This record gives sequence, structure tokens and C-alpha cells, in this order.
Amino acid sequence: MHGFIEFFRPHVLPLIYALVIVAVLPLLAGYIVLVERKVMADMQARLGPMRVGPHGLLQPIADALKLLIKEDIIPEMADQWIFWIAPLISVTAAMLSMAALAFGPAFQVARDINVGILFVVGVSALGIFGIVLGGWASNSHYSLLGALRSAAQLVSYETAAGMALVSGLLLARTLSIRGIVEMQHAQGVWFVFLTPIAFFIYLVASIAETNRAPFDLPEAESELVAGYMTEFSGFRWSLYFLAEYANMVVVASVATTLFLGGWLRPFPNVAWLWPLDHVPALLMLLIAGYCFIRIPKQPVRIQQQFIAVVGLLCLLVAAVLAAPLFVGPARPFMAAIHGGFWFMAKVFFYIYIFMWLRFTLPRYRFDQLMKLGWHFLIPVSVVNVMGLGLALALHWEKQWGLAPALSLTTAATLAVALWLLWAQRERDRSDMEAQEERRSQGSTVHAR
Amino acid sequence: MLDKALFYFFGSLAIVSAILVVTRRSAVHSAIFLITALLATAGIFLQLHAEFLFIVQIILYAGGIMVLFVFVIMLVNLDVMLHQVRFTRQKWVALVLAVSLGSFAAFWIYRSGHGVALKSVLNIPAAPTTRLEPNTEMISQGLFHDYILPFELASILLLVAMIGAVVMAKKKV
Repeated sequence: MHGFIEFFRPHVLPLIYALVIVAVLPLLAGYIVLVERKVMADMQARLGPMRVGPHGLLQPIADALKLLIKEDIIPEMADQWIFWIAPLISVTAAMLSMAALAFGPAFQVARDINVGILFVVGVSALGIFGIVLGGWASNSHYSLLGALRSAAQLVSYETAAGMALVSGLLLARTLSIRGIVEMQHAQGVWFVFLTPIAFFIYLVASIAETNRAPFDLPEAESELVAGYMTEFSGFRWSLYFLAEYANMVVVASVATTLFLGGWLRPFPNVAWLWPLDHVPALLMLLIAGYCFIRIPKQPVRIQQQFIAVVGLLCLLVAAVLAAPLFVGPARPFMAAIHGGFWFMAKVFFYIYIFMWLRFTLPRYRFDQLMKLGWHFLIPVSVVNVMGLGLALALHWEKQWGLAPALSLTTAATLAVALWLLWAQRERDRSDMEAQEERRSQGSTVHAR
Repeated sequence: MLDKALFYFFGSLAIVSAILVVTRRSAVHSAIFLITALLATAGIFLQLHAEFLFIVQIILYAGGIMVLFVFVIMLVNLDVMLHQVRFTRQKWVALVLAVSLGSFAAFWIYRSGHGVALKSVLNIPAAPTTRLEPNTEMISQGLFHDYILPFELASILLLVAMIGAVVMAKKKV
């Protein structure tokens, strides 16, 4: 018995972390959906969900219940076995890739192996099989087309995203997740400021990889009903949904780790900016205060009670965030608690950019999407990697300053990007002219 | 103990799914089992502390090449393939070839043990307990320093093959 306990001792903490991720993620995904609907409503000058709970705060739970008790339909002509397993592949891949992520200096499931970031990227890319196989197994043309689009899109944008990651990794000089953040701490600057182009490319590519608007062609309602999810319903459908939102969290976490300084607070090395340490607790206090102000405005008694509970929860979180600053015994947990807060804050900021773009830009056409990937993002990212390598070589071998070398690289890459855009426009114009000419010739033939 | 259990788990998973790859009737099912076999091989790499090989196996084979495989399989007309005879009548030739290849391999495994009985060769040595540090750097040292010429030659060969494939597949304008 004793040996048994000793055998499992090193596995207890990772097990608890893994359980926390699996338990919290569906809830988090549900609330990201709620925030998304609220942001969309705000941008379209409406209120959004308001009925279930105060300001729609219980909407995700109602939605989840609805999905769970819906009828589970498997089409008769579908490939039963694959239809059954496909959504599971997507969810498993997304959740498994979170094992290597460090959501703060203390919260990491796997040991910090030296290929951490590759593990996250590689395993989350396996989720595409769930989409492709699910679309194929549905035995429906809409599903199949959605799945094909999804596969083509992922393969095209994986290259650009990979090159953007390489740019960041060249600066970090390690593949370990912890090492990347520590390197940004040591250099005193987030990598987004050293290679903004790589961050931009990763942003665009990650939107395409998670099948989000304006690149949501695999599930374009106006053309393909719901793409690969057309034949899925109830719980299976919600698994796909969960996988999509989990993937959003994964790409946001990768971008946060590599480009936005991970769990570091803004300006981690500047001592006189210590008031920033108080920001998390003050923010939660503000939210709690707002909740209390809104109590009298709620129409029903139960809603008044509920919003008071939400306010109290915010107060509790604020107390937890403030404790390391004022209570002696809690001081050692400062890094863990505040690291987690800053990490999640950056992740949500990144996801907010996703929503912002989704409600701002119209959907791309498929050939436009492919052109953007192959003719623009991939060449620019390759040029960026080569320029970055050159700049780092100059920095190490010839003792150039890092800042001038990197700004030179960024300027050169921007010039290449502008030239590519200009060449694309010229090509489009000559294409149009040729088409125009053909059309006018055709009409003269017709007239004769 | 746990090491051995994991090895036999991944090994048997790889072998069973490899057999299923050739016996399944539907090409998509075969592709799924091929993915399983590749992932099981990746698991064995990880057990040998070859972290970089493990993740490259997942990214390139499972995540990259197999996506393209599945993509192509979905584009071809599967109904036609289902009615085709998959196994030709060369069963006996295949059996003879397989047995001779297997015995050949077994013979050389036996010989390489320098007279040690086959039993002890099959007794799989334990996976290295220490990590191969620094794993990724060791591979880059090998590829870009010790074997730079073969590496570059292989890259050029692949590039030529790629350009050739594009030229052959391109539509005549």
C-alpha cells in the first residue's frame, strides 16, 4: 500500500490540474459564447441575451442543458463508427494539447519538456481529423464540402503559422514553454515588439485554423448549411462546438506564451511600476461594485439575489488576488496567483480580437482565402524568418544592437509585403482587362 | 515495470493497427488505423526519450501527411473501390517472400548478438533512464553540422521531386 502511494505521489498534482482543465473548460467555452453574443450585440447596437439570469448570465447553462437533452440523431446511411468517434477526436486533441501549456508559473500538467510548444501545436492540429472524418462519415454533400474546405484551409495556413512560430522561437532560443516566458522576462520585452510581423501572421493564420470568421468557410451558413456539422445534433454537435472554442483558447495561449509574455505582468522588470500589481484586485473590485449597483435595477427578486451572489464571488476573487500583496503568509503564492490572472487576461484579450474581427469583416471567398495564404502570408513569413536569422547573426557575431537589427528586418519585410500586394493588384487588373477583352470580342461575334 | 507495460502497449497497438490497415475494406478506415499506427510509433519514440522525434512524428506524419491522404481518399470515388478485388491471387508468393524476409531478419538479429542466444536478444533492453539532453540541440548538431552534406543533398532531391510533381500536375495553359 505504501509503495502504491509513493508510486502515485508525483502524479497527484498533474492529475488535479488535468481534472481542473477538463471540468472548467466546458464552462469557460459556454461563457466565451455568451461574451461573444454580448460583444456582437454591442457592436450591432442591441442588448443580446437578457432573459436567463441577470443580463443573460445563466444563458450558457440553459444552452448546455438544452443540448444535452436534445435527440441524438445518426443518419441511416452514415458510417456509424466514424460518425460516433469523430467529435471525440476533435475534443480529445484540443484538451490533450492543453496538457503542455503553462497557464501561469505553477499551473502546468505535463513536465516542462523541451518540445512543449511543438507539442501544443502538433497535437491541436490533430483535431482536424475529427472535422474531416465527421464530414465524410455524414454521407452528405454539404458535410463533405465543409470537411474538404477545412482540410485545405488548415494545410495552407499551418505553414504560415509555423513560420511565424519559428520567428518567435529564434528569439526565444528554446522550445520549452517555461523557457520562452523566462527569456522574455530576461530580455525585459515581449516578443510582439521585437517581431510584430510574425505576431500579425500568427494572428491571421490562427483565425483561419480555428475556422473563425472571416475565414469560416467550412461552416459558411449561406453556402453549406453548417458545413461539416450539418448532420450532427445534440451532444455530438456540442462536442464539436466545445472543440472549436477549446482550440481558440489553445491558439490564444500559444500566442500569449510566445508573443505576449505569458504570465508576466506588463513591464515585469520596471520596479517603479509596482502599482500594476494592484490592478488585478482593483479590476475585480470594480466589477463587484458594478454588480452591487445593478441590484435595484433587476426586475425579479431571484435575479436581484443572483447578481448579488455574482458580486460576492467577484469580491472573493479580488480578495484572493490582493492577499499576496498584504498578507505575509500568502506572499509566496504571489507569482502563481497573479501569473494566472495575467495569462488569462491576455488570452481573453486575444479572443476578443477574434470576436472583433468576426463582427467587422465580411467572409472571404475560397479563392481569396487560398490566395491570401499562399501568395501573401507564406512568402512574407519566410522572408521574415530569413531576415530575423540575419539580424540575430549580426547581433551575436558582429555585436550589432538588437533593436536596430530587428527594426531593419521588420522594415525590409514590410517592404516585401507591400511589393507583394502591389504585384497582386497589377495581376488582378491585367486579369480583369483580359476578361473584359474576351467578353467584348465574344459579343461582337454574337452580333455578327 | 511500467516502462515494459507501456512498450508492449504501444508496440501491440502499432502492430494490430498496421494489420488492420491492410485488411479493412473501406479506405477511410484504413487511413484511421494508419494514423493510430503512426501515433503508437510516436509513443515508442517518447518512451526512448527522443522527444523531438516524437513530436516530429506527430506533426509531420499524423498531422501533415495523413491529412493529405484522407483529403485525397475523400476525393476519389470510393464506391468503385469497394467492388474491386483487393487481394490478387499471389497469396503464396507473398507468403514465401514474407517468411523468407522474416527469417532473414531474425537470422541477422541472432548473428548481431555475437553468439548470444536469440532469447536474450528478444529480451528487450530497458529504455534509457536518463534523458538524452539536450535532445533537440543534439539533432540539429547532427543534421546541420556533422551530416550537413547528406542533409543538403536530400533536401535538393526532395525539392527536385516537388518541382517535378508540380510541373507534371500543372494544367496545360
